[in-house]
Amino acid sequence: MAALAFRRRPAVWLGWLIGLAYVIYAAAQLDLSWPRFLLGLDNGAKFLDRMFPPVIIQPDTMAKGLLESLEIALLASVLGVLLSLPIGIMGARNLMPWWVSTPARTGVALCRSFHPVIVAIVFVKAVGFGAMAGILTLTVASIGFIGKLFTEAIEEISPKQVEAVRATGAPFVSLLSYGVFPQVMSRFVGFASYQVDSNLRNSTMVGIVGAGGIGGTLFSAFQRYDYDFVCAIILAIVAMIMIGETLARWVRRILDVDAKSGDD
Amino acid sequence: MTEPRMPLLAQAPGTAQLAPPRTWVRFSAAERAARWLLLVVLLAAVILSIRHVEVIPEFLWDAPAQMHDLLSRMWPIDWSFYGPGVHQPLIETLHIATLGTVIAIVLAIPIGILSAGNIVRAKSLNLLARLILVASRSVNSLIWALLFVGVFGPGALAGTVAIACRSVGFVGKLIGEALEECDIKAVEAIRATGAPPMTVLAKAYWPQVAPTFWSVALFRWDINVRESAVLGLVGAGGIGMALDTAMNLFQWDRVSLILVAIFVIVLAAEVGVTQLRKRIL
Repeated sequence: MAALAFRRRPAVWLGWLIGLAYVIYAAAQLDLSWPRFLLGLDNGAKFLDRMFPPVIIQPDTMAKGLLESLEIALLASVLGVLLSLPIGIMGARNLMPWWVSTPARTGVALCRSFHPVIVAIVFVKAVGFGAMAGILTLTVASIGFIGKLFTEAIEEISPKQVEAVRATGAPFVSLLSYGVFPQVMSRFVGFASYQVDSNLRNSTMVGIVGAGGIGGTLFSAFQRYDYDFVCAIILAIVAMIMIGETLARWVRRILDVDAKSGDD
Repeated sequence: MTEPRMPLLAQAPGTAQLAPPRTWVRFSAAERAARWLLLVVLLAAVILSIRHVEVIPEFLWDAPAQMHDLLSRMWPIDWSFYGPGVHQPLIETLHIATLGTVIAIVLAIPIGILSAGNIVRAKSLNLLARLILVASRSVNSLIWALLFVGVFGPGALAGTVAIACRSVGFVGKLIGEALEECDIKAVEAIRATGAPPMTVLAKAYWPQVAPTFWSVALFRWDINVRESAVLGLVGAGGIGMALDTAMNLFQWDRVSLILVAIFVIVLAAEVGVTQLRKRIL
């Protein structure tokens, strides 16, 4: 079979060869070698040994961090949803003149282009250490995600309803609420619920650069070599995210939103 | 995935006894109650969070001045640093993202197959595979990186393994779902010829999932370029390490150069992936 395929599509095999060559080259560049990996596994065994059994050394700090992560995720999601609704509408080229849609789209693209951690660094500098920086960071991330998808959803709507409403002489707000929203609201809610999920994941991480939440607790435990506490915190994070996913699924079911698989 | 909803069939026995409502309502009483409850819980949670979360107002008033200070330190950008200090880590970042994605795909294929209930009939294996996938996705790549810096020491190896570990869950989940949605006809046709399981996978399932597979792989690579750019903040190699050093030394004009470099590489990756997707899918 392979020989047949080879005769038929040499380009495919060439592609695989180039891919393989790249992998070997890149591995060499990064100094990833088998002995190093084995040495790492050896270290890893020691590391795991120190991680288990997990111990909650500072229960208060951990509970506070987890709660703060939750609060950051929740508030950032609410703020992000509230802001991305108008921004998403402003970006839609079928509703807005170019001098409104272009700035809105550029803003959303800017919000998307940096990883939350980098945004968090800037906000930590701007508003100081703590939850506020985390909230602002994840708000920016939410606008980037929901704003983009919402704009795209609006641009895909059927223009018939919009024109019918417009033909009655309805003002712009009525145009939105009767012509546009009925067509896109369920998708908007879907995007928002995924963003809540994603914010919850990221709220456990922004603390690494000082933007509040459990990430800070985790990072300092790590730097103190309290690996058993690190393990406990990671398990708690995983549990929290799994509970969050389940809750988000319930919410989607209650709101009857199309549940497409998504992540991040 | 969602179970198909059949409101007519499902509601018919219950509603048959009731008198037909005079006015049409969009949702049943239970649905409306659930929606109200959701709203109330959400509002309560938001209010409690606002009251509880620690925000220091003085810092907030200070923000414009701080931002001004930051921007004035970042400008002018120290372009001359690109050659000696940025180019090499930037390439390293790309290697980390690509190798991490490749390793993730190699690991995700068997786990994805194990998680697909229509291919592997053992429920316990499905559950085990799904547990691995969920665990992989639940831990942020920065946290994975933190762990692997502990295991392998600082450097690109930790970053690559971290990227791989985080991506396995993503790729594996989507592969598994694509496999479960496969049309059974082709599978049965191939199986009827007496083909061994590997051939069934290669000839019946693979052609059906190949487009999803490539698009997931490209998508994940794009995400990984973004993520590998920051892994260095915890010591896992790449451009993030240069960023961390520059920030710790308060060399903000170099920080701005690195941010521009990250911006460009992320943008280039996104444009590249979009073009490639158009070309091959």
